[in-house]
Amino acid sequence: MVKYIGKRLVYMFLTMFLIATATFFLMQTLPGSPIASYSKLNESQRAIVEKKYGIDKPKPVQYAIYMKNLAKGDLGTSFVFKGKSVNDLLSTRLKPSMVLGAQAMVFGTLIGILLGMLAALRQNTFWDYGSTFLAILGSSIPSFVFASLLQYWVASQWHLLPVGLWNDGWKSSILPSIALAMGPLAMAARFIRTEMIEVLSSDYITLAKAKGANGFEIAFKHAFRNALIPLITVLGPVTAGLVTGSLVIEQIFAIPGIGEQFVSSIMTNDHATIMGTTLLFSVFLIVVIFIVDILYGIIDPRIRLSGGKG
Amino acid sequence: MEKILQVKDLELSFHTFAGEVKAIRGVSFDLNKGETLAIVGESGSGKSVTTKSIMRLLPESSSEFKNGEILFNNHDLTKLTDKEMQKIRGKDISMIFQDPMTSLNPTMTIGKQIMEPILKHQKVSKAKAKEVAVELLKLVGLPNPEMRIKMYPHQFSGGQRQRIVIAIALACNPKILIADEPTTALDVTIQAQILELMKDIQKKVDTSIIFITHDLGVVANVADRVAVMYGGRIVEVGTVDEIFYNPQHPYTWGLLSSMPSMDLEEERLYAIPGTPPDLLNPPVGDAFALRSEYALQIDLEQAPPMFQVSKTHFAATWLLHPNAPEVEPPANIIERMKTFRGSRYYEETTGGEA
Repeated sequence: MVKYIGKRLVYMFLTMFLIATATFFLMQTLPGSPIASYSKLNESQRAIVEKKYGIDKPKPVQYAIYMKNLAKGDLGTSFVFKGKSVNDLLSTRLKPSMVLGAQAMVFGTLIGILLGMLAALRQNTFWDYGSTFLAILGSSIPSFVFASLLQYWVASQWHLLPVGLWNDGWKSSILPSIALAMGPLAMAARFIRTEMIEVLSSDYITLAKAKGANGFEIAFKHAFRNALIPLITVLGPVTAGLVTGSLVIEQIFAIPGIGEQFVSSIMTNDHATIMGTTLLFSVFLIVVIFIVDILYGIIDPRIRLSGGKG
Repeated sequence: MEKILQVKDLELSFHTFAGEVKAIRGVSFDLNKGETLAIVGESGSGKSVTTKSIMRLLPESSSEFKNGEILFNNHDLTKLTDKEMQKIRGKDISMIFQDPMTSLNPTMTIGKQIMEPILKHQKVSKAKAKEVAVELLKLVGLPNPEMRIKMYPHQFSGGQRQRIVIAIALACNPKILIADEPTTALDVTIQAQILELMKDIQKKVDTSIIFITHDLGVVANVADRVAVMYGGRIVEVGTVDEIFYNPQHPYTWGLLSSMPSMDLEEERLYAIPGTPPDLLNPPVGDAFALRSEYALQIDLEQAPPMFQVSKTHFAATWLLHPNAPEVEPPANIIERMKTFRGSRYYEETTGGEA
């Protein structure tokens, strides 16, 4: 197991290195430059600014400098927010995004699992149709439509919760979290329903019944853990979906998070910040996928063993 | 002999999209204390359904008892609520399933799976249940049970897993053990081991066994009595010797003839012609009539009642009616009958007396 984790860590660093390299060179192909807006500058002034930010040097040299700083954990200086380091910029914005993402993930998967279980255990009844309907709604309505609806009804019409921003404590996080949670919720409900139905018709469930187990024990002691396995597999992609979802949701709710920063830094060609946010998102995703793989082994003993060899 | 289970005129149907499938059409049999009753028949004859209905393991939504009763301990099992059945399942009646590769929960240690019925039905501590589980694993012949108990099903072979399933079934010393083709999914050498084990265990724990199989070789090995099922009915029932050496129903003849044998010179193995009856629209008379070369006109019109052959031997065929014409069974069956005291071919060296 230790050997496996060590091996995975090496791969994770390798992945990060490749992502950093690819992003760095891809960004150079973006139209415009960070100082495109400094159009009033004359030739010599422009040269001074370019020298200050180090973009007068050839690309490979810039790359080497960036990677050297990155190794030290320094993400460079923002072109737009003058003099502010990207590290500071992102760290102040990390909290809202983390809170939103975590809440959406936990709320979405838990409610989704409950709905899926309910649908499978009460197959072809009102509960089944109701939860399937919710799941279809959740996966077919884009999160921004859902976000706008929540803002209009819950915030603007009923005045229950703030319509946006991040200045009302936990209350501010509720609506964006719900909007963000619809994706994972729908995914979890669909996966758990399908898998539970399959598991409930398997031989070991019949054996559990033959032992005298009651409905509750069959559903939770025997079926649930087995039905979780495929859901764990999609947790990685679901997290990726959450990250992209947060870009939109943070914009709509005007939340000062990483997603909002990412969008605005692309708009202003703020290379250092784009690099920083991309790398942050990547680290996050890679760590989640790693955790998912570990979880996999915990839930399914058959994978635990072969994991040690691979 | 004490009767531990009585099934009387059991009729059960499945509701499907195509209509009502009459899977069991009037099955009656008794199970005596300590005996092994084998139920044989081809796929779809209703043997598995009969035993699953005893444990009420069929989906309640699509299956329905139409008639009859299953008497156990003065209770009619067809009438009990699910809660009451939960107290009987695993405690008084337990079951061994066909495929050990799929009948154990892959995410639960085998120890937990064996302890589950013990903790459920007996008021014992976890430590005590664990002790019992270890004892059970020893009983079914799994080496190192103390260590093995923490392992998961995928760490065992098919034969070992079937031993574990048997241990689970025996956990609460059931009065009735239902074995639903317990050796079908195993390879032949393991089959023999599992059969030996079951015979061994029956001697030790004195439980009654209902053994479902389509393998007559297995029947000869384990059974005291045999019930032959066809088309949702029992067509012949008797002691193992009566069924093997004095069979009366043409279907039993067909079954025995299609058993490979060492001492016959025939090169081709006999196969019963035709296909099993469609239980969506079951035939009016004897369900086997259309496939039988011995069918009489009445077989197509009226289902035969059970005719008594001896005190323990009954067969549902019009051939046993006093007015029926004398019919000569296939040659290999006559060979068998010659060795059976009480058969009409016994002592006669040539078949076909007047």
